[in-house]
Amino acid sequence: MNPIRIHVAKPGWLSTVQDLGRYGYQQYGVPVAGAMDHYAAIVANRLVGNRDNAAVLELTLKGPELEFEGDAHIAITGADLSPTIGGKRIPLWESIEVSSGSRLCFGTAQRGTRSYLAISGGIDVPLIHGSRSTHCASETGGFEGRPLRRGDVLLIASRSREVLNSKRLSDQLIPCYEKSVTIRFIPGPQHNLFPATALTTLTSTSYTVTPESNRMGYRLTGPRIVRKGPGHFISDCTTMGALQVPADGHLILLMADRQTTGGYPKIGCVITADLPLAAQLAPGDTISFSPTTMAKAQATLREQRTLLDAALPQRRNFHKD
Amino acid sequence: MASPKPRPNRLRRTRRTPKESFRLVPLGDSAVTVEFGDDIDPRINARVVTFANTVVTQRWKGILDVVPTHRSVTVYFDALHWKSSTLASRLKKLPCPSSTGISPGGSLHSIPVLYGGEWGPDLTDLAAFAGLTPTETILLHTSVRYRVYMLGFSPGFPYLGLVPERLAMPRLSTPRTKVPAGSVGIADRQTGIYPSSTPGGWRLIGRTPIPLYRKTDSNPFLLKPGELVRFHSIDRDTFDRLAGEYARAND
Repeated sequence: MNPIRIHVAKPGWLSTVQDLGRYGYQQYGVPVAGAMDHYAAIVANRLVGNRDNAAVLELTLKGPELEFEGDAHIAITGADLSPTIGGKRIPLWESIEVSSGSRLCFGTAQRGTRSYLAISGGIDVPLIHGSRSTHCASETGGFEGRPLRRGDVLLIASRSREVLNSKRLSDQLIPCYEKSVTIRFIPGPQHNLFPATALTTLTSTSYTVTPESNRMGYRLTGPRIVRKGPGHFISDCTTMGALQVPADGHLILLMADRQTTGGYPKIGCVITADLPLAAQLAPGDTISFSPTTMAKAQATLREQRTLLDAALPQRRNFHKD
Repeated sequence: MASPKPRPNRLRRTRRTPKESFRLVPLGDSAVTVEFGDDIDPRINARVVTFANTVVTQRWKGILDVVPTHRSVTVYFDALHWKSSTLASRLKKLPCPSSTGISPGGSLHSIPVLYGGEWGPDLTDLAAFAGLTPTETILLHTSVRYRVYMLGFSPGFPYLGLVPERLAMPRLSTPRTKVPAGSVGIADRQTGIYPSSTPGGWRLIGRTPIPLYRKTDSNPFLLKPGELVRFHSIDRDTFDRLAGEYARAND
């Protein structure tokens, strides 16, 4: 079978190759990166018969124009960036056959911020430290360590021989992206460095995502959160969803491209089940934070995944990557 | 000091930290941080590195990453595989490393540095801060055997300590937008090396021609947490020769 090639006619605003992240090297300071919205990336892969961790394209706000050389089986999930082929709108959250010579175009963002394009077989870029994710700041992984540019050619890993049935995610499992969201968080680890009123402040008003937001993190505006005293805090590990509080009291929500360690205390951490909602926010959108417990956070994640597994089972790992 | 090779950072094996226990604090629903203290201290960090290795050697399924820092280890896990409470009780059953009887450090790396000039634009400021001549400043910086407390900030960036108090100059108030790769800097009681060109606020005193991070190498990182570093001063010719050798080796 001839390899499929995807020619980048227009790169879009920020299009990068991502899988589920680069784990195992944080002790050397290598950031995790990976898809901002894991749920959408996993669904896109399952729709085309890929493993959950196969490399997909993450497209941001203004999507690219891509020309297919070779017949491909694709799925687009996440934000609705108005995808079309031959001038016709194509649906999200379902698998689609694309014939050789087709041009996939994206228009304006209707809902959400980040769209995921999976191609059956997965995007073939070199594994760097065990992952295909792009971390732009350190120029690591993905397609030459950077966002796509016009003229780039992506190769698709050899397509599995199994016949692919067309698949569609049931409506009730498709998330609804809003401009104002409620996001649950677990207080801590350093909430004790703040006065008791800090958590009340955090949960009683909404915070706005500022334009100084990117894959590393979102700077938020809203009521300031102020430390109890100057006290020292020694840098330690960060995580996606951590709510960092710098000295100026303006919250930073850490996202996929965060540095591995940070010197600001973390008043709370967004639960994994709600990170996809955060990933779909754009500057100007607002967040209300709602506290929850560890037990509820983990139960919610398991429930979310059980429902998805029932609707779209994970592909068994028959072949080595 | 009387000994021919002064080792100001050497561990006193006879002393124990007052409290030899650890504390688990959840970092969201998919990571837990194990804290060993609240200081940048070689004994605490030695316990951190030992405990991180202990966790790794358990080879538990669903553990994504084990990351030692100055005074804590963070264990990242698949929350679909681990209940946080189950992992916490498994971690609590692991042997708690004591600061006695554990190795004070791993292998010692000798790192050549061309100090001052365009390679270390803040050397004169640091010397003025310390009340020393630039040469005395270099002697003091090279006199210490530093410990790699952790790596972070950018791939391969080591946080080394502790810098002699006299040289503990705070960061620049406005960071540089671009620090050249190989730059050796000082921030308070820590010294570090920028493996790649990034923005940065540390006081730059020199530059090493040795690569700390080679992305496509089978062994990409020069330094590991818990290892030791000693700097030595080189001249311009040696810098250029070594830089050339490493560039050729990379072709």
